[in-house]
Order: sequence, then structure tokens, then C-alpha cells
Amino acid sequence: MTAIYKREMRSYLTSPVGYVFLAVFFAISGYYFFATSLVSNSTDMSYVFSNLFSIVIFLVPILTMRLFSEERRQKTEQALFTAPVRFTGIVFGKFFACLTMYLLGISIILVYLLVLSAFRLPDLAVFFGNFLGLFLLGAALCAIGIFISSLTESQVIAAVGSMAVGLFLLFANSFTPVVSNAAVSKVMDSISFYQHYLDFTRGLLNLSDLTFFVSIVALFLFLTVRHLEHRRVS
Amino acid sequence: MLEIRNLNKRYGEKQALNSVSFSIDGKEAVGFLGINGAGKSTTMNILTGCISASDGDVLIDGIDILTEPLKAKEKIGYLPEQPPLYLDMIVYEYLSFIYNLKKVKKNPKIQKTKKEYLEEIMNLVGIKDVQSRMIRNLSKGYRQRVGLAQALIGEPDILILDEPTVGLDPAQMIEIRTLIRSLAKTKTVLLSSHILSEVQAVCDRIIILHQGRIVADGKTDELADKVSNQLQISMEIEGNPKNILETIKKIPLVQKVQQEEGMGYNIYLAQNCTDSTPVRRTLFKTLGQAGCTILSMSKKNMNLEDIFLQLTSGEEIELLQKRNEEEQESEKKSCCPKTNQEEGE
Repeated sequence: MTAIYKREMRSYLTSPVGYVFLAVFFAISGYYFFATSLVSNSTDMSYVFSNLFSIVIFLVPILTMRLFSEERRQKTEQALFTAPVRFTGIVFGKFFACLTMYLLGISIILVYLLVLSAFRLPDLAVFFGNFLGLFLLGAALCAIGIFISSLTESQVIAAVGSMAVGLFLLFANSFTPVVSNAAVSKVMDSISFYQHYLDFTRGLLNLSDLTFFVSIVALFLFLTVRHLEHRRVS
Repeated sequence: MLEIRNLNKRYGEKQALNSVSFSIDGKEAVGFLGINGAGKSTTMNILTGCISASDGDVLIDGIDILTEPLKAKEKIGYLPEQPPLYLDMIVYEYLSFIYNLKKVKKNPKIQKTKKEYLEEIMNLVGIKDVQSRMIRNLSKGYRQRVGLAQALIGEPDILILDEPTVGLDPAQMIEIRTLIRSLAKTKTVLLSSHILSEVQAVCDRIIILHQGRIVADGKTDELADKVSNQLQISMEIEGNPKNILETIKKIPLVQKVQQEEGMGYNIYLAQNCTDSTPVRRTLFKTLGQAGCTILSMSKKNMNLEDIFLQLTSGEEIELLQKRNEEEQESEKKSCCPKTNQEEGE
């Protein structure tokens, strides 16, 4: 797992992909920080987080789209599959590399916290609640992206697919008013990322929300491993 | 060392491998021959654990690759048809990644440091001078060598090489063949190739696959015996061709004479003839008495190409006939609805 993690990190940091992700993330988050906190003289960073909530859906696929699809297209996966490494090791190595890059991106928000602290310390519970929520959301999107990347050879399909699934899960609750069936409506409400993200924005650490995001990560990583095993058999 | 029992692989309705069984006991080079789609790469992919078989067992040094894949994979080095190279890495970095991936540091057989060990491997395959170059900038021959280097990392007991000399220039081909032969002294090497002469030059034993089945398995000489028991003599004779043909035909045990280009003659002996020496002696004396000059005379052995073609051609024709029949049937089927539609109109 460590060898794969190191290779993926190296790949992010020596190719434009990692830098494009970081640059776009820093630019967008910097704009929202400037527009919602600095200009309005507010230490409340909730607006920054709420805007980033929808932005990460489009940015995380940049990190995940090539992870398996490129290996499949270039046939480099044969080196991984014939090495004495388990599929779980391969998937976790790639997932943690992706998560590290994401964490590098969102850690810019800690710099914004330091900037605001020079004027007045923001509510730390709300700030770290939001930060944890954004981190878990990113982890879930990374896992989803990795799974979709394992399904196809095309990076474009992997990226668009990840965005589509991410969008659906993020705003699944907004479809509930148009669904007449109560059971379906309840399911859509409960799988919505937005519903589970809300408590974090209020500075509350709700165990069910935490479990939800961790479960999504576990589920999609498990599906990725199962898919790789299935491809080996079929 | 390597044992395969009743290996079957189905892709949907297509039977890619059909009860393939063979074993390699010692350290030797075994060649895998077959036309495209014969099942060579499928077998190799199953042996390396890249894909799994629909049925059957693969034992690597007594370890089942299905139940203990990690242990079994430690014993295998694999160079696929397309080397699994990360084009965005430099050669040393890539080999270092493979070193870490195969957990060579924990291998008790290797006492050297990572740098020393990788340098030794690079020297062995002749890529030391390109170690700091990006893989994407390497020629096909060098890429193939880097692929071979990654297969050698970890001191595997079994080397599986899928067309290892593709893209190499003639000098590199000879170098790599020599390297494979030297590796076969300490390892079991299984290699597939379309170049028949290469397999003949490198391998001690040959396995011919055809339509997912093993049609021949043995040493090249043994295979020739299995395919044809008919002895042949090749000659170059100076003299009147009509006279030569008539003289040869009169010799006992000669079944057929064929005139080749120029002064060449090919003589087929009777099926029950097991030794050509007495016939050659008679030919020498009789043709001399008839006033014909013998310029050369030799026993003709079947080469690998002859064996390969003989073993695969018959079934190949059957296959083509079957395909044609299927195509004709499907054409008939596709024509019928159109005809009905036309009738309706």
C-alpha cells in the first residue's frame, strides 16, 4: 500500500493534475473568503464553507478520474495485479493519496483562520465542525470517484460520472417534494449529503452523520475492491 | 515448480482454454507457440494471477495461486505483451517503485542494498545508461528491457515472458535471447513468441497451443518424430534430371522423389524405413554408376515451422470452414426478414 501511495503522490506532484486542483481550489476559496469574510468584516466563515460544499463536487473528480482508468488504458494495472499486493492495498494506497491531496487543498482554510485570528478569533467549534464536515464530504467524494474510475478506461467518463453521482447524492433531498412515494422520499432524504452536512456547519459533532460519511467511504472502497476482483474472474 | 491441471477459461460463450494441463519441473526454458487467439496470453495471465481461470488449478512450487495468491506471486516475474510502464516516471524511479511494490527489502534471498540491487538488474538488462531518462522518451527496445528488468526484480523462481523480443533490433534480440538462456539455468522460464526460430533457439521444450488446447508438448526433435515418421533426404545432383529421377525411383525403400529448384532433389523414404543410412549409401553408389555427380546429400529434419504448420493447419482449415458456414447462415437469417417485408409491401 505504501509503495502505491508514494507513487500516486509523486504522480500528483510531478504532473499538472495536482497543481491544477490546488490552484483552482485556492483561487475559489480565496475569492469566497475575501468576498464573504474580509469585505464584510465578519469572522463568520460559514459562507466560505457553504460555497465550498458545492465546489468540491466539481474539483474532487480531477483527482480521482485517472486513478484506475489510466492504469487500465495504459495496461500498467498488470504490474499491480501480478505483484504480491492485495486489491485492498492497491485501493487504499490510491484513496489515501487522493485524500492527502484533498487535505492539502482544504488546509488553505486554516491559513484563512489565522488571518481572521489577527482581528478576532472566530467561533472555533463552528469552524472545526465545518472543516471536519468538508473533509468527510471530500473523503466520500474521493471514494465515489475511485469506484467510478475503476469502471471505465476513459478519464472523461470517470470525471463526468463522479460529478453526476456526487451531485445526486449532495442534493438528493431537494427532489423529495416532487416524489409522491413516502418511502422513496425518506430514502432520498437520508442519503442526501446536505442533510448530514448541516449539523457540522452548526459546530455539532453528530455521531450518525460521522458514521454516514465513513460508511459511504467504506461502501465505495469495498465496491471498488469487489469490482477489481470481479474483473479478474470474468 | 509449475503445474497446471485442467485449466479452462470461458469468455461468455467462447471457450478460450480447454483442459490445458502441463507441468515444468526443473529449471528450463519452455516456449509457448500458437497462432493469434490460441490462448497463450490468457494462459500466461492466469499463471500470474492477473485473471482467474473458470476451472482448473495452477500450482506455483506447490502453492495454489487461487488460495494463496500473495505467496505464489512472490515466485513469479511477469513481462506482459505490453510492458506495464508508467511513462511519467524515470527508469530508476520506476524500478524503485517495483522494488517497493514487490517488498524486496523483506526478501531474505536479497542481501544487497536497494541501490546496489537495482544497479545489478539494470546492468544485467543493459539499461544503466538510460536510468535517469523518462520512460516516455525511451525507444521501444529500451522500454522492453525496462519491462524485463521489472520482471526480474525480487529474484522470482519463475519468469513468464510474453513476446520478450518485440521491438528489439537484431543485435538486441540476440543479447536478450542470450540473457534468457542464461536466466534459464537458474530459473524456470516460460516464454511465448511468434518468432519460431527464436523459440527454437532459446527453449529446451515447446508447447504448442491451438484453439485453447495443447496440440503438442515436448522437445523440438521429439515433436518432429510425433508429427511425421517419414524420413527425408535432401540432395544436389548434377546430371540429366530424367535419368536421375528414374535411377532414384528404382532404389528400394524410396517412396517418392521431388525435383526442387536448380539441381535440388527431395527424396521421401517409405514409412517402415527407420534408418536412412543404407539408402544414402545405395544412392551414392547407384548415382555414381549412372554418371551423375552428387554435390551434396543430407538427412532432412523437420524444422519448427514445419511442425507448427502441420499441427495447426488442419484444424485451422476446419475452423475457417465452420466460420464460413456460420457467416452464410447468419446472412440467410438477415435476408429472410427483408424478404418477408418486401412480400408484405
